Amino acid sequence: MYFISTKRCNVSLRAETNVGKEGIMSKSNSAIAVTGKKRAGHHVKDYWQLYLMLLIPVVLTIIYKYIPMYGIQIAFRDYKATRGMFGSEFVGLKWFERFFRAPNCVRMIRNTILLSLFSLLWSFPIPIILALMINQLRFQKFKRTVQTVLYAPHFISTMVVCGMLRVFLSPSGGLINLIAGTQIDFLSEASAFRTIYIASGIWQDAGWGIIVYMATLANIDISHYEAAKIDGASMFQRIRFIDFPELIPQIVLMLIMSAGNLMNVGFEKVFLLQTDLNKATSDVISVYVYQQGIENAKYSYSTAVGLFNTVVNIILLLIVNRLAKKLSEDVSFV
Amino acid sequence: MRKKQEGTPSGLSDRTSDIILVILCLFIMILVAYPLYYVLVASVSNPYDVYAGKTFILPSQFTMDGYKAVFSDNSILIGYWNSIKYTVIGTIFSVVMVYLTAYPLSVKELPGRKVISIFFIITMYFSGGLIPTYLIVKQTGLINNMWALFLPGGVAVGNMIIVRNYFEHSIPGEMIEAAEIDGASKWRTFYKIVVPLSKPIMAVMVVFSMVAYWNDWFTALIYLTGQSKAPLPLVLRNILIKSSASASQASTISGGYAELNKLTEMIKFGSIIVAAAPMLIIYPFVQKYFEKGMMAGAVKG
Repeated sequence: MYFISTKRCNVSLRAETNVGKEGIMSKSNSAIAVTGKKRAGHHVKDYWQLYLMLLIPVVLTIIYKYIPMYGIQIAFRDYKATRGMFGSEFVGLKWFERFFRAPNCVRMIRNTILLSLFSLLWSFPIPIILALMINQLRFQKFKRTVQTVLYAPHFISTMVVCGMLRVFLSPSGGLINLIAGTQIDFLSEASAFRTIYIASGIWQDAGWGIIVYMATLANIDISHYEAAKIDGASMFQRIRFIDFPELIPQIVLMLIMSAGNLMNVGFEKVFLLQTDLNKATSDVISVYVYQQGIENAKYSYSTAVGLFNTVVNIILLLIVNRLAKKLSEDVSFV
Repeated sequence: MRKKQEGTPSGLSDRTSDIILVILCLFIMILVAYPLYYVLVASVSNPYDVYAGKTFILPSQFTMDGYKAVFSDNSILIGYWNSIKYTVIGTIFSVVMVYLTAYPLSVKELPGRKVISIFFIITMYFSGGLIPTYLIVKQTGLINNMWALFLPGGVAVGNMIIVRNYFEHSIPGEMIEAAEIDGASKWRTFYKIVVPLSKPIMAVMVVFSMVAYWNDWFTALIYLTGQSKAPLPLVLRNILIKSSASASQASTISGGYAELNKLTEMIKFGSIIVAAAPMLIIYPFVQKYFEKGMMAGAVKG
């Protein structure tokens, strides 16, 4: 029920335990013992101040996080504004069935998974390679400059990035077409969509992704490098045998985290780069949820589709976690 | 960071690989920076030259007409002002919320601390999804109200954990002890000692929120339906994605369709620069703060 923390015994006491623990306190700090009674009186009152601080955040979280969670039930109801989220007619799995019978259902599921899978495969290794390279740079100023430049795109809004992509990919006078000497309208080519999505994603976030790896690399003991040098190891060997093994736990962690997000394809970029002509590859669930829900006001249906997406994601997460556990039993590094 | 090693590298291979590395890094830097540079050059060039491929390296027929058009476009100016307003209010609000949550949860003896922490952390993993959240925001009367941008996502739990860890590990317990021995209440201790001592992490939070609010447009797309409330990125959506000239532009042009077309293109480049510039100018100065923040975030995992 009550406890004493050895580091900060002053605040750990509540009023009713005060007398009993007085002895312990005076041992550790006589000053505390003298004022103990007075402070104990404070604590009861003080906790209220802490609870008061939490009041607004808790209320906001209940209203805007927990009530919507409870409101997911409209996926199983026929939502009518007049009857509200919790009073509309119960319709069971009607909306799920409608989604599975929708003409583009399979295409959307496939596109969602493929887009994030390819995205993961291509974008995951790049920050690691960049971090290993930049870590070997010896002139600190140059190293900082490289880092600063690589971070830049992360600070640009997705909207602006997509605006740039539209300009660059334009068939008449777009940068890419000028360089290649062609006149292709890339955004109406379904086959180009994934490449555009992934390449621009790498441009924007690969630099940002190096931060966590750089932090790990910065902690490597210099003596390892010195020993390796004496043994005549080349730069590549030092990366291969000193730096890379240090990164492995971090890499596994990041991989688990991103694999658990496989169904959470970034809505914003797909939404902004989608055209009627590239839908064969750009039609994904999250955009569909937005269009059905916000644009067409099919609230129940949209919620059901979103819920399906979440459930699949949770299943994937559980699978990945199980795999990760197995991996950590087999290999000692995690 | 590794210091430059003492003595020179043994043999040629190290020097060679150093040179290759520097060249590679230079190449990557150019690859990353060039798209932005190209837009910058294009924004001050004649659009016909841009589309003829004459502006790969330097501007052609230097002109500031694009920027003049951008800054005389009412919708862009309103968007700019809205974005500044939302960024300032949103940043203050979310930093205050993060602090109000993080401090009580960093007090180890607070009864119920664990339960309250879990209460918040659950929201990181589960959410009501787009529509249920939208309906609640609607029911609380926030449609077309700027508070719809701040209240629903106001308690950033990830940031809260970073700040809470900072309170627990980087603020000397003795100072809090001393204050409380002197009879200071928890609230007084908080704003007289904890807040001033936590400036570094506060800077991190300010930077994170600022970038998030400046660049956010999806929340505004859903909740702010009025044109006059749109933040800059949403205004840009009309210009860049939907590629439509705004009414105020069309009315100011007398040279016919071709002239209008030319101006529309220039506004595209100019508005990209104008929208991206504030964050690109600020971030190098706060780089160490967000690096620290990312590291704090990674450590918690």
